[in-house]
Formats: sequence, C-alpha cells, structure tokens
Amino acid sequence: MASGAAALSASPSALASSTELVSLLVVLTELAMLRALLARTQVRLYCLQSAGLAALAATAAATQHVGELWALVGLTVALKVLAVPWLLSRTLLHTDSSAGAHRRLDPAATLPAVVACALAGLLLARHLPLRPASFPPFALGLATVVVLVAFLIAIVHSDMVSQAVAFFSLENGVSMLGLAVADRLPLLVEVGLAFDLLVAVVALAVVMRVHHRRTRTLSADLLARLRG
Amino acid sequence: MTARALLVVVVSVPALAGLASWRVPRPAAAGLTIGASAACLAAALVLAGQGPAVALGSLLRVDALSKVFLLATALVYATGALFAAGWVPLGTGPGPAAYGRRFFAGFNLFAWSMLGALCLDGFALLWVAVEVTTVVSALLVGIDDTEAATEAAWKYLLLASLGLGIALLATVVLYHAGARVLGPAYQLSFERVLAAAPRFSPPAAQLAFALAVLGYGTKMGLVPVHTWLPDAHSEAPTPVSALLSGSLLSVSFYAILRFDEVARRAAGPTFCADVLAAFGFASLGLAACYMASQSDLKRLLAYSSVEHMGILAVGASFASPVALAGVLLHVLAHAAAKSGAFFGAGSLLRRFGTKQLAGITGGVYALPVSGPLTLAAVAGLAALPPSGLFRSEFLIVSGGLAGPGRAAALALVPLAVLASLGLGWFGLGALLGTPAAGTQRGEPSAWAAGAMAAALAALAVLGLHPPGPLSELLARAAHQLGEAR
Repeated sequence: MASGAAALSASPSALASSTELVSLLVVLTELAMLRALLARTQVRLYCLQSAGLAALAATAAATQHVGELWALVGLTVALKVLAVPWLLSRTLLHTDSSAGAHRRLDPAATLPAVVACALAGLLLARHLPLRPASFPPFALGLATVVVLVAFLIAIVHSDMVSQAVAFFSLENGVSMLGLAVADRLPLLVEVGLAFDLLVAVVALAVVMRVHHRRTRTLSADLLARLRG
Repeated sequence: MTARALLVVVVSVPALAGLASWRVPRPAAAGLTIGASAACLAAALVLAGQGPAVALGSLLRVDALSKVFLLATALVYATGALFAAGWVPLGTGPGPAAYGRRFFAGFNLFAWSMLGALCLDGFALLWVAVEVTTVVSALLVGIDDTEAATEAAWKYLLLASLGLGIALLATVVLYHAGARVLGPAYQLSFERVLAAAPRFSPPAAQLAFALAVLGYGTKMGLVPVHTWLPDAHSEAPTPVSALLSGSLLSVSFYAILRFDEVARRAAGPTFCADVLAAFGFASLGLAACYMASQSDLKRLLAYSSVEHMGILAVGASFASPVALAGVLLHVLAHAAAKSGAFFGAGSLLRRFGTKQLAGITGGVYALPVSGPLTLAAVAGLAALPPSGLFRSEFLIVSGGLAGPGRAAALALVPLAVLASLGLGWFGLGALLGTPAAGTQRGEPSAWAAGAMAAALAALAVLGLHPPGPLSELLARAAHQLGEAR
C-alpha cells in the first residue's frame, strides 16, 4: 500500500487521469441505471458504482496519507458495496419482483434529458464556487452529473426499487462531490451518514414489502391516488 | 438539576421510553410516553431560563435559538402523548396490542430524533438527526397499513430523502467554505463555524444556504418542494400529524436558520433575505389558494402548515429584531395551535367517521367539550386575538414595516387573511353548522379534550401575556439571529 501511495504521489498526472477514469466509471454506471430495465440490474450497477466510489476514497487516502479516509473506504465497501445491495436484493427476492420494468418514459425519450443533465452538470460545476482540493476539476462536474441523473432516475422509473436506488445513487454523487471538495469531513460525520443510509434502506424496504403484500407488485404507479 | 443533566434527560428519556414501549403492554406504554414527554417539557422549560448548556463533551449544546424550538417540540410531544393515550385503541387482541406497542415506540423515537436534532452541536450532526426524523416518522405515517397510508409514507420517505440529499450537499459545501479558514480538518460545530463565518468565501456560503433552503425546505414544506406534506399529514395517525406539523416542520426551519446565520455573516443579508422571501411568498400564496378549495379536513390543516411555514420564511427575511422575535414566537404559537387543531380534527374524525368536510356538520353540538375547543384552535390558527399567532404575526408585520422589507410586509397581510378565510369557512360549516338528524353527542376521549385544553392554554398565554423568562428567551434568540443583519 505504501509503495502504491508513493507511486501515486510520484506521478500526479497519472493520479489525475486515474481519478478522472474512476469518476467517469461512476457516471457511466449512473447512466446505465437510468437505462436498465431490470431493478436487479440497477442494484448491481449501484454496487459497482459504490465500488468505484470506494476506489476514489482509497486514492485520496493513499495520496494524502489520511488514516480516516481508509475508514471511509471500509465503510463504503461494507455498507454500499455489500449491505445495501444485499438488502435490496433480498427485498426483490422476497417480493419475487426481479422483472420490475416499470418506466414512465422509454429510453429514447430520456436521451434529451440525459444530455441536458450532463451538460448542465458539467457547466454548473465550472461556475460553482468550489475548488477541489485533491481531485481534478473535471471530477467535480462528473459528481454534479451523478446528482442530476439520480433525480432523473427517480422521475423516469416508476418502480419502488429503482426509486430507492435513485436515492442511494444521489447519495453516492454527494459523497463523490464531498471527496472532491471536502475529503477531510470528520470520521464521526461519515459514520453518522453511513448509519443514516442503513436506517433509510431498512425503512424503504419495510414500506416496499407492505406495498407488495397488498398489491403483489412493486410498481409505484399504483401509488398515485393522493394528490400531493 | 444542572443544565448539563437536563440536556441529557431531553435526549435520553424519549429514547428509553421508546425502547421500553416496545416491550410493555399498551396502557403502560401510554403511561411511559406521558411521563417521558412531561419530563422533557419540564427540562425544556427549566433550560429556557438558563444560559447556553453543553453536555457529553461537545456533542450536545443548546443556545437561545435551539431552546425556542426545543420548547415547541417538547410542548407538542407532551400534548400529543396525552392525546395518544385516548386515541390508540385499547383492544386486547394481538392486533391492537401490537399496534399500540409499535405506535408508542415510534412516537417516542420520533420525538427523540427531533429533540436530538435541536440539541446536537454541528451542521453535519444536525443533518444526521433530521434524516433519522424522516425515517422514523415515515414508518409512523404508514403505521395504519392502509393503501393511502402506504402511499403517503413512500412519497414522504422518498421525497424527503432526496431533499435531504440536497441538504447533505449544503453541508459539504459549507465544510468546503470553512476549510479555507479553519484548515482542511475541523469540526462543524455551530459556534466555531459562526465565529469564522465572516472570513468564508461569500459565493460558497451563498451556495450552501441556497442548497440548505432547497433541501431542508423539502422537509419544512416550502413550495414547490412541499408535495409530500398534505398526503403525509392527512394519512398519518392524528397524534403523529400533530408532531409532524407542530414540531418537525419547525425543526427543519431551525436547520435553515442555522445556515442563515452563517451565510449572512459571510455574504451579507440581501441574498438570504431574497431567497427566504421567494420561498415564503410562494408557500403562503399557494397554501392560501389551496385552503380555499379543500374538501378534506386534515389536508386543510396540512395546507395551513404550508401557509405558516411561508409566514416564518418571509418573517425571517426581515432584518428587524422585532420581526425576528415575532418569527420565534410564531414557532411556539403555531406548535400549540396546530397541535390543538389536529387533536380537534382527530376527535371529529372519530365522531363522524370521515375526514370529508361535507360529512361533518354541527361539531360543536356533537363534541360538547372538544368541539368548542376545536373552534378556538381554528380561530387561533386564523390568527384571531387573543391567539399567540395574532401577536406573532403582528410583530412580524410591524417589524417588516419598520425595516427595508416594507412592501413584503404589506403583501403578507392579504395572503394571511385569505388563508384565514379558508379556515374560517371550515369553522363555520363543520363546527357551527346544524347537526344532522341522529348525530350522537359526547366526547370520544377525555384525554383528547385534556390535550386540546393544554395546547390552547399555551396558545392563550403566548397571545395574552408571555411569561417574562420566555420573553427574555425570545429576545435573546432574536438578538442571536439578528447579529449578522
């Protein structure tokens, strides 16, 4: 690990490139989640995205020699790569709803919105009063794109698992942005955020199961009686 | 008891009561809840008369601002516990018994999460606590296990969580703004951040504030991110509706005020005032329109909450200390009036078996005690004297007229009057109308009437003559908020 860190610190351009590459992977998984037809696929993509986030945190930990960031890597892996996907998969298994292809728009119709989100995210990031401490500025734009596309997923997909995944991936986008601009958030805070995520996934799973017990489906289209 | 011990009581007793309620029979759970809420209210009242208190290292800290919100939350928790004692079914079968245990456990944990949010010292910890309030309260919204309750719980959980994702972003941006001044690794405690705020980058502080208003504004019910609120408030069990409206919305407003303090110190008052006024007027205007056309009793009260949150946001945009004192009094008075009104709505629901206003008439006849009390609560919500809301709105408007926000203060009046007319229509029709033939007369629960009487007594005290220590607390909190203006 130490030699890896030394190698990373020895070539900053390689470090920037690898950070950008992993950030790009995180965005691509987000776009794939938007396009995915199966809720199970989205859960797997979320798992992959979280692994990318853990890799970003590991890169920051190795280059800045901050012990607390390694704890963040551990938390991300334990919670976002393992626990949350496992809980969501169990919910899908329990409800026998792996097909869950409920979309409000077909993929072609979402393309303009995706392009708009990507452009808005990248342009917005250029004008935000935020300067990344250790990440390349491009990563900030990519994190903003993840946040915007997460909202799009919640709107386009009308099944409960996809909407929950949208929230979790939004949190990944915020975490990525946090890594870019505030990578030294106190560990206590990180633990609190992780705990919250865990509690939220349990609550979401409870409501999903209650809904499924009554309707035999996880489609959120049936949850449209109230007027807001 | 020292202030430190009182603070520990506030954040530990509801949690213990919640855990214990899960294990004991329903009557004992109700008793535990009443005892725990009374202890919290007593602790909040004693704390209100003292200076800032710190406990558990630097984890817990309350100042004048947080004490005002602590009082409001503890008041609704206590009156809600009384109401719930008569509301939750006493049945002995496995269904009612399990429901009672789940309800009282969730009710206490919900109160604990809100009280904790107000006592925790720091922006990040505040976010964590507010997210916990979402999760616990969403499960309570869906506890009745009906189709509508599940829908309301899902929408609330999802929308509030997405909103809080934005609030988390606000926290990250604020941390980034502070890192240039306080170093790359620091604690986000309120005092430390406020002391350094004048040296923060103004654009970063403004961005953090705008994101906080959008994010926490979702939980506060500000238009246009309010859509979960009418559904959740109308489908939740009545004591939970009271906590949601009287306390939870205020807790989110408290979070916004914490960001407001920092942003004003860093970037001056104009930006924050403009953002708050824009969201406030949108909320007030839309709520006033919707209230005029509501056919569901609890949704009417839910939109009344949106209206009052709008008034709070507009009031907080004024620079005058008088207006700020009015805003803080409004938080307390709204907590008392709205919980009383929801308790009344719950009693009407029990008596008439419907939430539809068309199906409710002659409420004052049907409910000899809680009917007139409901009428008083509605009059109080409509800010008729001697309600505490009349005094608070008067202070907000007069404070606004005295400062640069004169036009906004003038615009506030007709919108608030329009909203009051919507409530008045309900009051006349459902409560004072002629009772239908065969309407039964009697109280569904003495506990409900007692809870309403307690909430309305607090509302009357706030309107007629707020106690000296409370006035001092409000002045201190207004001064704290106004320092950067």
